[in-house]
Amino acid sequence: MNLRTFLLGTCSAVALAGLAQAETLTIATVNNGDMIRMQKLTDDFTSKNPDIQLEWVTLEENVLRQRVTTDIATKGGQYDIMTIGTYEVPIWAKQGWLLPLDNLGPDYDVDDLLPAIRSGLTVDGKLYAAPFYGESSMVMYRKDLFEKAGLTMPEAPTWDFIAEAARKITDKDNEIYGICLRGKAGWGENMAFLTATANSFGARWFDENWQPQFDQPEWKKTLDFYVKLMNDAGPPGASSNGFNENLSLFQTGKCGMWIDATVAASFVTNPKESTVADKVGFALAPDTGLGKRGNWLWAWSLAIPAGSQKADAAQKFIAWATGKDYLKLVAEQEGWANVPPGTRTSLYENPEYQKAAPFAKATLESINSADPKNPAVKPVPYVGVQFVAIPEFQGLGTAVGQQFSAALAGQMSVDQALASAQQLTTREMTRAGYIK
Amino acid sequence: MARNVSTQRKLLTTAAAWTIGILIFFPILWTFLTSFKTEAQAIASPPAFLFFDWTVENYFEVQSRSDYFKHFMNSVVISFGSTLLGLLIAIPSAWAMAFAPAKRTKDVLMWMLSTKMMPPVGVLVPLYLMFRNTGLLDTRTGLVMVLTLINLPIIIWMLYTYFKEIPGEILEAARMDGASLAKEIIYVLTPMAIPGIASTLLLNVILAWNEAFWTLNLSAARAAPLTAFIASYSSPEGLFYAKLSAASTMAIAPILILGWFSQKQLVRGLTFGAVK
Repeated sequence: MNLRTFLLGTCSAVALAGLAQAETLTIATVNNGDMIRMQKLTDDFTSKNPDIQLEWVTLEENVLRQRVTTDIATKGGQYDIMTIGTYEVPIWAKQGWLLPLDNLGPDYDVDDLLPAIRSGLTVDGKLYAAPFYGESSMVMYRKDLFEKAGLTMPEAPTWDFIAEAARKITDKDNEIYGICLRGKAGWGENMAFLTATANSFGARWFDENWQPQFDQPEWKKTLDFYVKLMNDAGPPGASSNGFNENLSLFQTGKCGMWIDATVAASFVTNPKESTVADKVGFALAPDTGLGKRGNWLWAWSLAIPAGSQKADAAQKFIAWATGKDYLKLVAEQEGWANVPPGTRTSLYENPEYQKAAPFAKATLESINSADPKNPAVKPVPYVGVQFVAIPEFQGLGTAVGQQFSAALAGQMSVDQALASAQQLTTREMTRAGYIK
Repeated sequence: MARNVSTQRKLLTTAAAWTIGILIFFPILWTFLTSFKTEAQAIASPPAFLFFDWTVENYFEVQSRSDYFKHFMNSVVISFGSTLLGLLIAIPSAWAMAFAPAKRTKDVLMWMLSTKMMPPVGVLVPLYLMFRNTGLLDTRTGLVMVLTLINLPIIIWMLYTYFKEIPGEILEAARMDGASLAKEIIYVLTPMAIPGIASTLLLNVILAWNEAFWTLNLSAARAAPLTAFIASYSSPEGLFYAKLSAASTMAIAPILILGWFSQKQLVRGLTFGAVK
């Protein structure tokens, strides 16, 4: 072997080793504050794992959902880690599209994950996605307006109290509306709120034989209550309000109460964004005394598509991003109030966190009281609190949401909306083979 | 011959034209203004029009969060690449249809246009599988190919109508002088059709620049153009209007400036053949 061949050989060996070493993980994620913060903190991970590089694809929630669903269904292999919600995990895991996360390392402490969240991400006893941040829903209210009206918000209000308070606070001449609720049609918009509310009224989407239940009195009660309340005490044009619209109404002081995602608590108490930051109180989502509250459960979680070539590196990253040390890292760099909420019991036991986040207790109780495997008062054949974890639900939920949004807008009556919801759901479920 | 128009009437039409112009431009102006507000000001009601604390914070935030230049380069390569490739295919075919029409030429033209009538999502999965199998997912080459095919019917139709305006006798004369087919197209037809070709080019660059369905669905981290850059700033939960506006302004600025500079050419091309 002459010198040149030797050198060439060495060079290519080094180059090959280099190629094998530098592994790039492509991570698809949503645009929310916690995820963006994580992208800024990844130096901590890459310095501990110099052989792994990270590439981010950040997309709007609905675009992301379409994008990753196409990729995973066709085994496109574009992403090594996907950010998905509690809706996708049970469906995708059953399809065999996800790898079980069984190699998260000895320090991961799976038992520290909040039981409700963990249960939503577990299929057949295996964890298929690790929660990055979790949320439920709760009541946010204006303490000053309640005081003015001579009302006291209980820690766990009933729907009757909420309705009474909302009507009392409403002062339409001064653009103050007693309650702001979602009205914009969509399975993740008004139907998230209404399905969770229906649970607390004793309603359910399907009975044990997958028969739609919109013709039952519980749904009529739910929708009647919602439409009447919003007509009396809601803002004008509520049928086009989603999370962001209500957020800006609340932040500009136009809502007495707002029932929505717990993540909103950090926005409405942030003095930089909110004009009512120091006047907000929190309470559990309301009930009607039937044993279920009207709060939902959602967790943005990290999962690995089946067939991934980089599963080991991906598990390493997931363990880092959803581990205990990450929470400490965020606290050190950005303060405890900015730690991603709703995933670990230890966080809620931490006195520093309790001090920094006035909404911690309400968030934890809301999350703990939601049970994705047993969401309604009556038994159901599905998993999911504010959704039904079947592939058909995105289309169904949005179609039903359009009927309910139209009822809120006054374009049809509550009875008409329920009748057409029943009809279209029965048709779709028969077509999909659930109803034999 | 000019018509006799009263000053009053002139004033009226001018005012109407300005109103319509401002109305159409208003969303872009509003996006631009919002990009200089804070998130709280962006959602304030009633909104402030000009009197707010102007800040460039959003631009810094956007710049620090994502690699604008990478997305910009992808957009440039994809939009110009697909348009140039499209022109290369379309000029000969439009020539054939305009100057040597066959019995079925009209049908072929209609058929090409009909491909634009199908909703793109209908072929997403088959195309995705083809891209996966050929390794074209998340590559600029793949996106150039798709956008070429998507815009080809429009390019051919535009060029066809421009070419129809050119008297065939001129080409015949060139042929009489012994010009080959290639020479006829390159030296005789193309120079005469330059305004038409230029406006076709510009319009298609703009269309490709703004194409959001395929560029979002067939790209991931490497080939993502500015459409993906914008999509990363929208969120259903949380306030994002100011940052989204800053990202949008940065994404449309290059094409807007290009449009301004080539306005004359564009208008000339679009009205080409209106007067004989």
